[in-house]
Amino acid sequence: MSPDNIVQYLISGITAGSIYAIVAIGFNIIYNTTGIINFAQGEFLMLGGMISITLAQFMPLPAAILAAVIITAGVGFLIELVFIRWIDSPSVLRMIIITIGLSIVIREAALHIWDEKVRALPYFTGNEITSIEILGARFSPQVLWVLGTCAIIVIILNIFYYYTLTGKSMRACAANRTAASLCGINIKNMVSLSFTLSAAIGALAGCVISPITQTQYDCGATLAIKGFTAAIFGGLGSSTGAIVAGLLIGVIEAASISIIPLAYKDAITLTLLLGILFFRPGGIFGSREAAALKEY
Amino acid sequence: MKISSHLPVALLGAIVVLFQVLMSATGTDYLLIQLTMSAYYALVVLGLCLLMGYAGQISMGHAAFFALGGYTAAVLSTNNLTQLFSAGVLEWLVQKGLIILSTDAYGAAAYRAPAWLSLGTAVLITVAVSFAIGIPVLRLKGHYLAMATLGFGTILYRIFLGTRIFGEADGISAVRPCEILPGLFVGGDPSQRVFNYYFAWILLIGALVLLLNLVRSRVGRALRAIHGSEEAAGAMGIDTARYKLNIFVISAVFAALGGYFMTHFNGGIGPSEAGIMKSVRYVAIVAVGGMANLWGCLLMGVVLNFLSLRGYFGSYDDAVFGALLIIIMALAPEGIFRKESISRIKELTRRLSWPFWK
Amino acid sequence: MAFLEIKNLSRSFGGLRAVENVSFNVEKGLIKAVIGPNGAGKTTLFNLVAGALEPHSGDVIFKGRSIYGLPTHRIAWRGISRTYQNIKLFNDMTVLENIMVGRHRKSRAGFLRAMVPLPGTRREERESAEKAAGFASLLGLSDVLDARAGGLDFGRQRAVEFARALASEPELLLLDEPAAGLNIHETLELADLIRKIRDMGITVLLIEHDMSLVMDISDEIAVLSYGVKIAEGPPKDIQKNPEVISVYLGDDNA
Repeated sequence: MSPDNIVQYLISGITAGSIYAIVAIGFNIIYNTTGIINFAQGEFLMLGGMISITLAQFMPLPAAILAAVIITAGVGFLIELVFIRWIDSPSVLRMIIITIGLSIVIREAALHIWDEKVRALPYFTGNEITSIEILGARFSPQVLWVLGTCAIIVIILNIFYYYTLTGKSMRACAANRTAASLCGINIKNMVSLSFTLSAAIGALAGCVISPITQTQYDCGATLAIKGFTAAIFGGLGSSTGAIVAGLLIGVIEAASISIIPLAYKDAITLTLLLGILFFRPGGIFGSREAAALKEY
Repeated sequence: MKISSHLPVALLGAIVVLFQVLMSATGTDYLLIQLTMSAYYALVVLGLCLLMGYAGQISMGHAAFFALGGYTAAVLSTNNLTQLFSAGVLEWLVQKGLIILSTDAYGAAAYRAPAWLSLGTAVLITVAVSFAIGIPVLRLKGHYLAMATLGFGTILYRIFLGTRIFGEADGISAVRPCEILPGLFVGGDPSQRVFNYYFAWILLIGALVLLLNLVRSRVGRALRAIHGSEEAAGAMGIDTARYKLNIFVISAVFAALGGYFMTHFNGGIGPSEAGIMKSVRYVAIVAVGGMANLWGCLLMGVVLNFLSLRGYFGSYDDAVFGALLIIIMALAPEGIFRKESISRIKELTRRLSWPFWK
Repeated sequence: MAFLEIKNLSRSFGGLRAVENVSFNVEKGLIKAVIGPNGAGKTTLFNLVAGALEPHSGDVIFKGRSIYGLPTHRIAWRGISRTYQNIKLFNDMTVLENIMVGRHRKSRAGFLRAMVPLPGTRREERESAEKAAGFASLLGLSDVLDARAGGLDFGRQRAVEFARALASEPELLLLDEPAAGLNIHETLELADLIRKIRDMGITVLLIEHDMSLVMDISDEIAVLSYGVKIAEGPPKDIQKNPEVISVYLGDDNA
């Protein structure tokens, strides 16, 4: 690998990785308030991308993206309201199966609303051939949009969690549901909020990557698995961990393309996932013992 | 085995015969094709039922084992197998009778392994893979187990999809029939249709009887105990890791057998058989069948696959299974063949319709 | 050589030392109780003996062989059975099936023999059911053999757990706060039951909060406080031990 190549791989890895980090954060938001892994998380990105692509034909791009985020957030809210809210003390197996079922229904609904064609949002600035030079490697400015958006999402989330009452209430739920409920926090509403928020963040991420990776009705599953890998790698529930792990996975994946056939690219992430699950189920920052305690 | 379990099995056997007689008599015996395929799919469901329903270990990657059996059958029964060996080794194997060399309709060389060898290989590979996967994976629980099995299933899917010997995206077609007894073949030949139907169903009913015996035994109790409380099961002397691994391997072999014979019957296999959607479908059927309910799983395995194969779900095929998952898990997590579930559904419909008929 | 020897057992969680250098013996055929206020390390000690926790240092020797750090199922095969403070039954199985799981150690059928049952396997199965029913009747459960264990009331569930533990015919029975949640009348019955178990030749090691029960039935008592053993002896001595009194009643009363 020449130095130019290294920068090239690094930056494309970081771009993909920042999306994995956002998906991982989406997982964490819901996991922290409910203890559920939402297997339909990837579908939020797909929905965000698809809706914004359709709306962009009628309205300016920023408005289409905003509308897509709001609509997807609404879908997230409805999912919680209809399928999650009224089930008391569900078993893990049951929730896994329900969210997997949801992911399939959303995907199939998307297939029937749109079709199996690959679509993409237009580039936010410039077009396919516009490029900027970073340290000798050439990139689409969309990369900056992706990185910027991800950074802003993380910053805003942190402000929300640490400086607003609602955010603090959600953290309280994550720490101890019973105690939070005794302090007068309405847990059910916090769960609704977490689904809405997670869907909105997913949708936004789905919009900004659409010009680069393109959007198709079934693109959610792959993103979900990689996001999950990042979430586990970083320690389930930890935002900082998710970011570091997401970026790391993106870079590993980008580097692996230069060594092994492209057809096995996804297998690399999955092998990594299995490796993490077996050897460090608590993630890179977590302790093994703590992970064993909250294996559910 | 008590009378109480002989009778339903005998009844099922009678129904299987009745179906064949009726369909052959009315000239609708093309339905036997889908019933044969449904039986092979139901075999996967039975194995998964034991793993998920009784032992409580979810597997989101069972389609991969089905495909493993299927692809082994396909590679060893087509000329793809020549890619496995150098010319010299191939010739040696042919001399030893381990590979049969014949000519096809166009006079070209056609290689295949004898049925016993390819079946044995399929089972051995499945045992080895499920063993190697099972040891680390089954240490995990809940979400982690679900994701790990999903991940491993996807890896196998990618390997089938991306490897030349497995035919990449096209899969493998023109798989030769598998000779079970002289003159009797598992394959698509219309003259063998009735034999294939009975063969598949004897296999399925045989599997059912074995598993019915298993769940009523010391081993079955141990598996259900692991489901109930792994800690307490261990304290009663049950080697939980070993039991989970054994049942994982057994259910993987069931799935591989289904895939093996299905591939011969269909004359081909494609990568979609290993895909996530297929794995989810098997999980959905087990859920609808009632989790720890072999009869329910068998019934649903046959009925739902038959409907799907006949195209009743149209382009909503996958959506139907997704929706079934949600509905069953939300309303009747113990399956629809339970009193509690029926009363819960009644209660819900009563509540929903309350404003109207009051 | 004692029946069960607990030697210099230590276990910490992070910085917290839950059990520190605890040693005592349990003699065959006796009832030994471990008592101590909340947080004294009783449960940790118990879980170390039962193999439910990874060990740190020390040793546990049962009938002359170390069982320390063995997986729980291997400890069970050595002849040790246990109950749980928060009952852990197999809720979706019947009472009889729960107790039959207790017979796991006493039967042999593996996967193959289970799938293709020959007459020998069926005989073993029948014997297993009969023995299990016997233990059920000992605990007064004969009328609920086919009931779902998870649907029973608390007292009955505790009885099922005892029957399950006894069904494996252990040499040592570990009881984790058996009187938790019982009323006075039930506690008295429990005392009789534990004595009956001892008279069957089973050694009992229990941890317990209920002082009256412990003083009533124990042959020997070890007292823990903040992870350290502060006293050991027959109930009469323990009742008079000033250190034990101060731990239980607070320093002001000492």
